[in-house]
Formats: sequence, C-alpha cells, structure tokens
Amino acid sequence: MILNYFKKDMENRIVLSVLLAITLLIPLCNLIFPPDSPLYFSAYSVSLIGKYLCFALLALSLDLVWGYCGILALGQGAFFALGGYAMGMYLMRQIGSRGVYGDPLLPDFMVFLNWKELPWFWQGFDSFPFAMVMVLLAPGILALVFGWLAFRSRVTGVYLSIITQALTYALMLAFFRNEMGFGGNNGLTDFKDILGFNLQTDAVRTVLLMCSGLALLGALLGCQWIARTRLGRVVSALRDQESRVRFIGYRVEMYKLWIFVLSAMLAGVAGALYVPQVGIINPSEFAPLNSLEIVVWVAIGGRGTLFGAIIGAVLVNYMKTVLTGLLPEIWLFTLGAVFILVTVFMPDGLVGLWRKRQELHA
Amino acid sequence: MIRFNTLLLIPRVPPVPRLCCWVLCCFNLSISLVLAEFVEQPTSPASEMVRVEDVATLSFYELVDAVKIRSLSKRGKAMDTLAGTDHPRTLTVLQALLDNRLLELRESGLVVILEKASADNYQIVEAHSGDAQPDISRSEAKNIKLNNRLRSQLRVMIGRLQLASDDVTIRLEAIKAMTKKPDAHTLETLRAHAEIEPDMRIQDELKLVFALQDMDSKDQAARLAALDVLAAQDSQEALNKLQAISKQDSEGNFLESDEQVRQKARKAQLQMEARVEVYAMVETVFFGLSLGAVLVLAAIGLAITFGVMGVINMAHGELMMLGAYTTYVMQQILPEHTGLAVLLAIPAAFMISGAVGIGIERGIIRFLYGRPLETLLATFGVSLFLQQTVRSIFSPLNRSVSTPDWMSGSYAVNDFLSFTWNRFYILVFALLVFAMLLQILKRTRLGLEVRSVAQNRIMAKAMGIPTERVDAMTFGLGSGIAGVAGVALSQITNVGPNLGQAYIVDSFMVVVFGGVGNLWGTLLAGFSLGIANKVLEPFAGAVLAKILVLIFIILFIQKRPRGLFPQKGRAAEA
Amino acid sequence: MSEHNPLLQFKERKPLIDRYHTFNFVNRRGVAPGRVDVSHGNILYLEDVSVSFDGFKALNDLSLYLKEGELRCLIGPNGAGKTTLMDVITGKTRPDTGSVYFGQTINLLEMDEPAIAEAGVCRKFQKPSVFGNLTVFENLELAMKADKRAWKTLFAKLHSEQEEHIDEVLETIGLTELRGRQAGILSHGQKQWLEIGMLLMQEPKVMLVDEPVAGMTHQEVDRTAELLLSLEGKHSVIVVEHDMEFVRSIAKTVTVLHEGSVLTEGTMDDVQNDPRVIQVYLGD
Repeated sequence: MILNYFKKDMENRIVLSVLLAITLLIPLCNLIFPPDSPLYFSAYSVSLIGKYLCFALLALSLDLVWGYCGILALGQGAFFALGGYAMGMYLMRQIGSRGVYGDPLLPDFMVFLNWKELPWFWQGFDSFPFAMVMVLLAPGILALVFGWLAFRSRVTGVYLSIITQALTYALMLAFFRNEMGFGGNNGLTDFKDILGFNLQTDAVRTVLLMCSGLALLGALLGCQWIARTRLGRVVSALRDQESRVRFIGYRVEMYKLWIFVLSAMLAGVAGALYVPQVGIINPSEFAPLNSLEIVVWVAIGGRGTLFGAIIGAVLVNYMKTVLTGLLPEIWLFTLGAVFILVTVFMPDGLVGLWRKRQELHA
Repeated sequence: MIRFNTLLLIPRVPPVPRLCCWVLCCFNLSISLVLAEFVEQPTSPASEMVRVEDVATLSFYELVDAVKIRSLSKRGKAMDTLAGTDHPRTLTVLQALLDNRLLELRESGLVVILEKASADNYQIVEAHSGDAQPDISRSEAKNIKLNNRLRSQLRVMIGRLQLASDDVTIRLEAIKAMTKKPDAHTLETLRAHAEIEPDMRIQDELKLVFALQDMDSKDQAARLAALDVLAAQDSQEALNKLQAISKQDSEGNFLESDEQVRQKARKAQLQMEARVEVYAMVETVFFGLSLGAVLVLAAIGLAITFGVMGVINMAHGELMMLGAYTTYVMQQILPEHTGLAVLLAIPAAFMISGAVGIGIERGIIRFLYGRPLETLLATFGVSLFLQQTVRSIFSPLNRSVSTPDWMSGSYAVNDFLSFTWNRFYILVFALLVFAMLLQILKRTRLGLEVRSVAQNRIMAKAMGIPTERVDAMTFGLGSGIAGVAGVALSQITNVGPNLGQAYIVDSFMVVVFGGVGNLWGTLLAGFSLGIANKVLEPFAGAVLAKILVLIFIILFIQKRPRGLFPQKGRAAEA
Repeated sequence: MSEHNPLLQFKERKPLIDRYHTFNFVNRRGVAPGRVDVSHGNILYLEDVSVSFDGFKALNDLSLYLKEGELRCLIGPNGAGKTTLMDVITGKTRPDTGSVYFGQTINLLEMDEPAIAEAGVCRKFQKPSVFGNLTVFENLELAMKADKRAWKTLFAKLHSEQEEHIDEVLETIGLTELRGRQAGILSHGQKQWLEIGMLLMQEPKVMLVDEPVAGMTHQEVDRTAELLLSLEGKHSVIVVEHDMEFVRSIAKTVTVLHEGSVLTEGTMDDVQNDPRVIQVYLGD
C-alpha cells in the first residue's frame, strides 16, 4: 500500500513524507533519547535543521514567483529580512529591562543612541499577534506597492530582476543607517525569550523546528494547490506567453501581483521563523548576494517544481555548512562553480536530471 | 629595518633578536658620537662657548648644534647665524624649531627633528643631515624651547628665507604663513617684498593682506579704498572681515563706526556671498561630474555587453577589480615609478580583463544566448569565482595603490573653489575612453560587425559575418573597458576583493536608466546620476542620497521601462 | 492649436455627435460584450488612424468599417500595415491619431488589451502561440469566456455545460482525440486550429485572424476555409492572408492595404483586376 502511495507523483510524495518525518521525529528524538544515544539530536543540530527548513521555505517562495510566474526576483532576501525584522522587533521588546542598559521600554541600541522615546513604528510590537500580522504585512505591502508599479508598467525580464536587486540594495543601505531605528549595523540581537519561554532551551528550539517544518509543509501543499487551480494554469501560461494571456482577456499584472505578494509573505514567514532560531537579524540579510544565493538553491533543485526548491535549499546549505567548516576558502569557489554548472549543464536542476533518468529507464 | 649610524660605516647586521638590536644600537650610537669628534674634528659641539661670529669657519653641523644653547639671547643669535647660511636644510631646521619639533637628545646632545613619516607615524631624523634615526624614541629627547620674541623673530626669518626662494609656491606658502598673525615687522618685510614680487597671484595675495590691514586704519578713505580691494578678492579672510564690519557689540554699537563704510561693506559682503554660493554649486557639479565619470566608466563596458549583446554580465564588477589589481601589481613591479606604472596598467588591464572576458564568453556565455536570465546567474558564478581567486592570491585585505604625484593635490581657484586633480583626470579619462569606444563602434570593421550582429543576428550570419567571433570580441571589448575602469577606480578607492560588488548595482542602474543599447544614454545617465547624488548629499547625507537615487531610478523605470533613450519600433518589440 | 480652442475641439470630436456618445464615467469598464451597439450595422469603426515608428508610417490615415457578421479579407504586400492594424485594434499599439470604435459606443483606444478582449475583440497571432505546457483541453479552458479576475480563477470550477462547450469546440477544430496532449507537441497546423479554437471559446464579436493557413497542407487549408465560412454571420471576422487561393475561397469582400492605407475594397475579382493593385503587387 505504501508503495502504491509513492507510485503516483513519486518525487513529490517522498519529499512530503521526509518533511513530515523531520518535523515530527527530530523533536521527538531530541526530547526522548538521552544525549549519549546515537539517535539524539543535539540543540545545535536542531537549530541547524530548523534553519535549513526556513531556507527551504524561502526557496519555495522564490520558486513560486520564478518557477511558476517567470519573474526572476533578485530581491527575495529583502522580504525574508523584513519578516525577520518584524519578528526581531517583537523579540527585542520582550527583552524589557533585562538589556545592558536596563531600560524597560527602549532597546539597548536606542538608549545607546540617546533616543528618549520609542519611535512610532516600534509601537505595538510588544504584542505577539500584532508582530505576526506585521510579519505578513511588511513584506506583503512592499511587494504590493513595488509589484503594482512594476507589473502595471510592464517591466519584465532582466529589467525587473535588476530593479528588484536595486530594491534590496537600497533597503540594505537604509537599514545600515542608525537613524532608521533598526539597530543599524548590528541589527537586532540578544533575544531572551518568545511568548515567555526561554529561547535557549531545547524545548523551545524543537518547537520552533516543528513550526518551521509545519509552515514549510503547509506552504508546499498550498502552493501545489494553487498550481492546480485555474489561477495556477493562467500563471504558468503567462510565464511562457505573457502577451497571449493578455489577449485572451486576463489582467496579467494582477496575476503576477497576487503571486508576487504571496511569495513575499511566504518569504517573510521564513524570515520570522529564522530569526529566533539563529538569534540575530542584521542588514546583511538584505545583501544582493544573499538573494542571488536563493536563486541558486532553486536552480539546483529544479525550478518550477516547488519540492525541487526545497531539495536544492537543503542541499546547498548543507554543503555550505560542511565546506565552510572544512575550508572556508573553498565555499565561494564551490558556489561559483555550482552557479555555472547548473545554468549551463542542468537548466532543470536535480529534479530535471532525475526525471530524465526515469524516462530513460521507462 | 635597523640602520646604523652612517658615521660608523658598518654594514648591515644580519637579523638578530630585537632586544639585542636595541642594546647594540644604543651602544653604537654613543660610540659614533665619540668617534665623531675624531672624524670631523669640530670644536666641541656640546659646549656653550661657541663663538658664533666665526660663521665661515663653522660647519653646518655646528651651526645647528649651536641652536640648543641654553641662553635665549644667544640662541637668538645662533638662529640668526643659521638663517644666514644657504645650506639646503636651513629652512627645514628653522621650521622644525618653530613647530617645537627640534629636539635635543638627553644623552648625546645631538640635535634631531621629529618628522611626520606617514599619517600617524613619526620618525626622528638628524637635524643637520636629514638621516633617519629609527632607533631613537621620542622619550630620549627634550624640546628646544622658544619664547614669544624668538618665535616672532624666527617667523620673520623663515618668511624671508622662503620669500627669497625661486619657487612661486614656496613664496606663496610663506606669505600665507606670515600673514596668519601679522605684526608690524612682518608687514614691513612684506611691503618690501611686494616691490620686487613678479608673480601676479602673489601680488594679489599681498594686496589682500595690506587691505585687511588697512581696514583697521583710522583713515576713512583708506578703509574705503581697502574695501574695494577686499570686494574683488574671493577669500575667506576678506569675507570674514566684511561680515565682521556689520556686527554689533553688546551695547549695540557697530564695530565699524562709519556709515558709508558699513554700507559699502554690506554690499560687497552680499555680492561675495552670492559668488560663494555659485562656487559651491560649481564645486558640487564638479564632484557630481567626477562621480558620474566613475559611473560612466563602470557602466559603458556593461552597456556594450548588456545593450549590444543582451548579455547580463554580473562578473563585470570583478573584471573592474582585476583592472584595479593589475594597477597594484604594476606598481609592485615598478616601485620607483608610480605614475608610469599607472599609465602602463591601462593597456595591461585592458588586455587582462579582456582576455578573461573572452574566456568567459567562449567558456560559458555562448551556450546561453537568448537566455538572458541564465547568463545573469552563470556570470554571477564567475564573479564569485574571481573574487575568491583574488582573495586567495592577494589576501582578503585591501591593497593600497599609490597615486602618482601629478594626480594628487588640487588646483585652488580661490578659497572657495578648488578642483582635485585625481577627480579631474578621471573625468577626462572617462570622456576619452567613451570617445574611443564610440569611434571603435563607428569607424572600425569590428564596430560595424558588432552593430550588425546586434541588430539582426541571423541576417548578419547570412551575410557571412563570423558572429561567434564578433560575440567574443564584443565581450572582450566590454570586459577590457571594465579593466580600464578598474585602473581609474584604483586611484580613488580601496583595492580589495569586494571592489566590484560595490559598483555592479550602480552600473546596472546607469545602463538601465540611460536606455539599453544607447551609449550616449549611458553617458548622460552616468553624469546625471552622479550630479544628483552629489546635489542630494549635503541635505540627506551620502547613504540616504544614494538610497534616494536608487528609489528614483526604480520609479523612473516604472514610468519609462526602457530608459531615457529607448529603442523604438519593431526591433524593440523582440 | 485646435487643442486650445473649445469650439474646434467640439467639432473635431465626431463621435460626440455621431454615435450617441456615452461619457466615459458612465461605462468605465467597457460595455458588457452582449451590449455592443451595432444599430448602424457596423461593428468596427476605424477612422483616420495613423501610426509611425521612428518616422516610418506604418499606418497612414487609414479608415475601415466592418459590418456585423461580415467575413473580411485583408491583403497587401509586406509592410502594408496589416499586422499593425490588428495591433491597433487589440490595444497593443496606440495610434498617433485617429479613432477606433467597437460598435457605436465603445472607444477601444481607452481600453487595454484584456479589456478589449473581454469586450469581444479577439485575435489569432501570425505565429501560432498556444500554451505549450498545458494540454489542449486546458488551453481551451483558459480561453473560455468566464470571469477572468485573479481572485475568481483561484476558486473557479468547470461546470458541466462549460465542459460540453469545450468538447464542442474540440469537435469543431478536430482535436478531440488530442484533448489530453500537451499543446507543445502539436503540429503547426494543429496549433493554428487550436488557436482558432481558443478564439471560439472566447465567444467574440470580432475575430482578427492573422495568417491562419500558413504552413498548412492542402487538406488543412480547405478545412480551415470551411471553418471560417461557418463562422460568417455569427461573428465578424477579419482574415489577413497571403495565400490568394485561400482568400478567393472564402472572401466576399477584400480590402487591399498599401503603405498604411486602404488602396481599394471590393470583391476578389474586382480587386484582382484593379490596375493599382496589380501595380502594387507586381511593380511597374
């Protein structure tokens, strides 16, 4: 029966099952087994896997907009970082008077900058629900405004890629400024707890991992559902024949906008889950290089397949962890080589290779 | 590096532990001073019995040594005598004395100068010879002190010495130094000098000094006449003076009692302030143009590969970085000739970056034609590769590339307006490169082929144009220009592995803003963005100005998706 | 000058008087397709339309009227402005001057491509452009007349009568057996038909068909002619074609374009015997 389950739409179902297993089993192993057991996952590996899951969600969000809609957005990192900042602001407010300067209201960096009161855009972030809404709204609204302007005037292809890159670059410069009120260079860090639970405990870490896993699963299923609806078909049609879709009577820009905003929100969620697990968010997340790296995760997995993006993200990041640990210099060489090899030799990524093999066997 | 006292003529010792060196050196130094008496046979230099009258018989060494004499009146005479010699180091020693940098070693009594070696590094040199004494620390020496009388005396001496110089710039410096705190004595000297000064600029400077002086005179006519002179001078001092005239003291009395003078001064002040504003504007435009020149240099190579070939070359920044490193290597090869190295680096960088570019085109891009987004990704991979290569070879730290003398410094039109040479040269250089590129595209066979392939690849191929070779050459040309731009960048910014990344977004913006496929658009876009940046900077700060410009371009692209000068007609549809 | 003279302006705006002009604010989103006002018999009005690219006049004061239910053939040498004319009607290109009306009331120049398509002016491209990644059935489904707003398509379900309609069209274009195949693997002629089928799915008032038989075999050409003839009366059709045999087989009225304006109009025989047409096609 299990074999039957996997027969149809095999790769996708394998990925789904593995994800589900990770989400449920790793926390279990961490909690049940003693630290010396081979099945025990240390706090470090729990955080690491949680991080990978966030990156996978980020990659998924890019695949939605790039693989399905054909918009090569080079600013996906910006939405990720915005979601992260929204979460970071909540966590900052949770520190309360436990900061170095002990100010009950102002985060340390504001005290340091001699600010007397909380800026208006920090208001409300002491409430978790509000912060969660902002996690969606901050990237969502930016994507809405930017996308509306861009798609309405039919900025496409390379031009769009370049201005999305300019967008994230401008945001990076802006967030580096102390006057912006987001901690400048150092960003937001030294978080203590979330919803009253200490961030350093294993239990919270495992819960965060579970949340990331569930968010990823939910997002994957949701995206796959969208791809199967008529909206999904319109979107994949407009990827290849934009003007034809327009002449059939679809408002292409609105479709693109929907997908773009949705993808930005997913990226924001990924960022929000990422920040408590790594304990810091700073402006370097906005760096254009980061956004390009996301593109390579998706490309290596196989664009337009959704689950391929997840495979790619996890694989590349695992490689990064291993290689930077072994020999930091090798990492950029490898990443560069991966960029070149993937684009030149396997435009459909690993999933494409796998499918080709399957076809040959069949 | 440890150098022994030249008097000893002992060859350099092989490396020995540091502490030993210290001991050895101190030892050597004392010996050398003892030996010195035998070698040169001077009259006991440390004694206070120097008979300063016997100038002719004394060596420069002794003259310098005499200055440290304890009695201030005798020290004054010793200074006088020293000033009377025409030894090339006289001025240096006197200047050091004035600046409290002339020191006497506590133990040996040797007179030394504390000299600035680099920005925050001092070294001790022998006063009479200028030989560096790296082993002596500042704490081993004490100051040779002056009183105010001696100081003003010294100032006049130095001024006179400098005024007598043949070099116009030295004379100008001297006058500027002397007029900082002019007393009757200096003024007299200056008035005397004004009679014989041939240079017009110095004459102007002197006129200003005298006019400033006359403003304090009791004679109303003299003050009015002086006002005329001041009004015509664009100088900070003149402006300060004019502004001071209309000020009131605490009781509401004007500092200048005469109404007529006040009115005239007020008018002159307003006029000058208006001129200063214009100068500030000119300077902003100049800064903007020079920034624009950098942008244009960075972007025109890109405009070719992006505009003509439709290839997005993310490694463009790294090709510039290669050019900058070529300059660095050139300077390492020719350490003595900084300027020559920079000049030679231009063709070298063109070759190297061009060759790398052709390599990229042949190895990667030709498999990706017609897939612009994929060229973007692949070339980004190349850029990571190049960055890491450079990091592995040259270390991740920034390398310093020195600026040749003729490029450093600035040309001051007046106190409010000056042009730095390196910016000026880069502006000229950018225009030259642009003109050459335009000529290549317009006049040469390659240019013709490039344009034909850009317009209609299939047709060009059918006409027998070797499109593959043209692609490679075009890409090589664009990359080579990136290398040349790198040489220019090395003169104004740090040369490091991240050099390229800092410019890649900007250069794309310039190309997109100008309109793809239009070199003139790139030129105009580069300059206007540069000027916009510099105009915004005073109000918004450098970073915010940059952000604003980026946002402006993002919005502009929405309005005109194809830039300032879009391609029109059927060709643009494809 | 005339722009500043309110009187002149009034006079120049013929539609105001001629066609019972409905003010823009009344029907901002265009009239629903069923309500095209054709009380004067014409469904498409092009008047004094000019388009120029960088000085080259693609259309030069062109005027053309299309009757309701008419099948009109448009011929002319390369560069005569046939494709540009279609671009203008479907909103792809904005003319420099002139007016384009759909029925008496709908000003096509104020609408963008999707709105024009929704109003009932649909187009087949010169180069067959179907969605290669989707199946034949899905291609037709996307083209189907329905609420095409993004939010609605997310929850759109296919009703049984809609499915039947698609099946009917599949029958008409002869692709029933291939309904589940990817459109990308169809032959050139099949793609042409699929695209015509997509036009039919939109239930348009006006169909613009650009070179429908290019690359088809003889039998296929004949079937296409049959198909287009069967549309006469139900839809107004403009066919652009170079294949004179084909034009002869379907055309009642032929319009000859030359250098961006109408050279002559009439039956195929009239047109073929017109000395100006002969000169244009064959040269002096």
